Amino acid sequence: MIDVDALLNCFGVASCAVNQLTSGLIIGMLLFLVASGLTLIFGVLNVINFAHGTFYMLGAYFAFSTYLLTESYLLSALIGALGAGFFGILFERFLISKVYGQDILMQLLVCYAFILITDDLVKIIWGSEYLSMGVPDEFRLPPFRVFGGFVPPLYAFLIILSLVIGVITIFLISKTRFGSIVRAAAENAKMVSALGIRVPLYFALLFGLGCALAGIAGALGAPVRSLTPGMGFGILIESFIVTVIGGMGSIPGALIAALILGITRSIGSVGFPLFVDGMMFVIMALVLIFKPTGLFVKGSSK
Amino acid sequence: MNFIKFHKKDIYISIISLLILISIALFIEHPWPRDFLVSIFSFGLLAMSLNMLIGFAGMVSFGHAAFFALGAYAFGLLLQNENFVMYFGQFSIPIAFVLSVLITGLYSAIIGIICVRLNDIYFAFLTLAFQMFLYSVIVSWVSLTGGDQGLMGGIPRPPFLGIDLSDSIHRYIFCSIIFVLCIFILRILNKSNFGYTLRLIRDNSERAEFIGIRVLRVKLICFVIASMMASVGGIIMALFTSGAYPEWAFWTQSGEAIFMIMLGGVSIFIGPLVGTILLRSINDIVQIYSSHSDLVIGIIIMIVVLGLRKGLVEYFLEKISFKKK
Repeated sequence: MIDVDALLNCFGVASCAVNQLTSGLIIGMLLFLVASGLTLIFGVLNVINFAHGTFYMLGAYFAFSTYLLTESYLLSALIGALGAGFFGILFERFLISKVYGQDILMQLLVCYAFILITDDLVKIIWGSEYLSMGVPDEFRLPPFRVFGGFVPPLYAFLIILSLVIGVITIFLISKTRFGSIVRAAAENAKMVSALGIRVPLYFALLFGLGCALAGIAGALGAPVRSLTPGMGFGILIESFIVTVIGGMGSIPGALIAALILGITRSIGSVGFPLFVDGMMFVIMALVLIFKPTGLFVKGSSK
Repeated sequence: MNFIKFHKKDIYISIISLLILISIALFIEHPWPRDFLVSIFSFGLLAMSLNMLIGFAGMVSFGHAAFFALGAYAFGLLLQNENFVMYFGQFSIPIAFVLSVLITGLYSAIIGIICVRLNDIYFAFLTLAFQMFLYSVIVSWVSLTGGDQGLMGGIPRPPFLGIDLSDSIHRYIFCSIIFVLCIFILRILNKSNFGYTLRLIRDNSERAEFIGIRVLRVKLICFVIASMMASVGGIIMALFTSGAYPEWAFWTQSGEAIFMIMLGGVSIFIGPLVGTILLRSINDIVQIYSSHSDLVIGIIIMIVVLGLRKGLVEYFLEKISFKKK
């Protein structure tokens, strides 16, 4: 099942190894952004946003349209993030917050219905064909040479930017006033609202932030991936696997787990192309069996 | 016999419904009612078995359709294998049937061992993840499963014991017997000690643990039985369409099954079946009038979930009981 020769051949040659590692990092970092949004929402609201992939899709499509109009990649990434965040807040306020604390069945159904509706709307607005944004003009530059391998500037930019966004998010949650209010509300929402803080507003903002993270991942990834209605679901499953491996609620855990998965994917595409998905599930199953709380979280998932 | 005495009412109901179902085939020549009913048998078993997890045991699975699809694919692949049909001759169909159910049981036991230990949200998501794993295997293993085209070339249906499943009347009667039998088994389980144990675990698993019930083992057994039941639904669908399709393993199928349960309500034993009939009918009607059926179904789900906040059946039952007061 595993093609050892292909693996050895690739990693014997520095250029191939560099290429595989860069593509692994790209997959991992984009996955990290989506998963950090998921894990953030779960950590505070104790809700798994089954519709999280939808915001990734919305981000990508908003970015696509903005790019067609303005031809600016950075602006389209911004619009993708803001648009997804905005719809995230609407989704939280008008739909999912109505079933907080209720049977998980209700939450599942609200998310299921939301995915059906948005996927169909995207189909109506943008069509059901695969769309491709192409590499933006800003990044049509000669690639860097690293150990004989080629790293396109866009890739390097994506990796660094995702890392920066991740650091900013952690800073926002752990060091700012917004972050401390949200964390306090997660512990005891009634107490916080008794202090005169509008807790639902902060919950909505946090939900929007999580969705914006998914949206910016979709927007940033638009030039390297193709867009299709329903594209969000695959990434939802992958980011769930990331949160299981890294531990629910832990952003640093999500980063490491996302990188593990990204690199597994890119190495797998050389060494065991038919078993790439299987490998991710094997890793997840092993973590669940031996450390069900995830690798980087103390406490219990039971 | 005690068993017969205890289940007298259920046995009568099963026999009468079976007679009604069979008479439909004998008196109505048009194939439409038969086709509609076979799809109800199949998806009804999916919903009823899922309700064994959700309604009886409180385990909200979002990946139940995986076992439905696995049953269908196992059944189709076994019968498409020439050696298998040569070896078992006229008993191919019953043996393939039993084997597919067992294969699904084995697979669900492996998934179950990992999943049943986890709490609600994790359980829902994990079952979903494993379903998508199966989906990706089906779609990418083209040489075996036909990929996204589905299992093509038809499933051979060699006659056995005078039953010829390629004949639509025979097939319909065969499926109704299997269906009624399965619902009867679910009913027995529901009324048995096992069923009460499941409800105890649903309502208070700590207390169940304290009185000496091995909660995880009971949950696992429930998970495996429900999965095997779902695979029977899949086999009926494979028989009916003479094929198997990856959509059956797609997550929307599980979402649909959950909505069927919600529509019919979890508090009534036969509720999920009513939900299946409702949703299938809604689906058929929507598909006639709109090419965007997902959009319409999505809006309907939102209205039911956020507007009524309970199943349609429960909603109307409550309305009626209020009027009486």
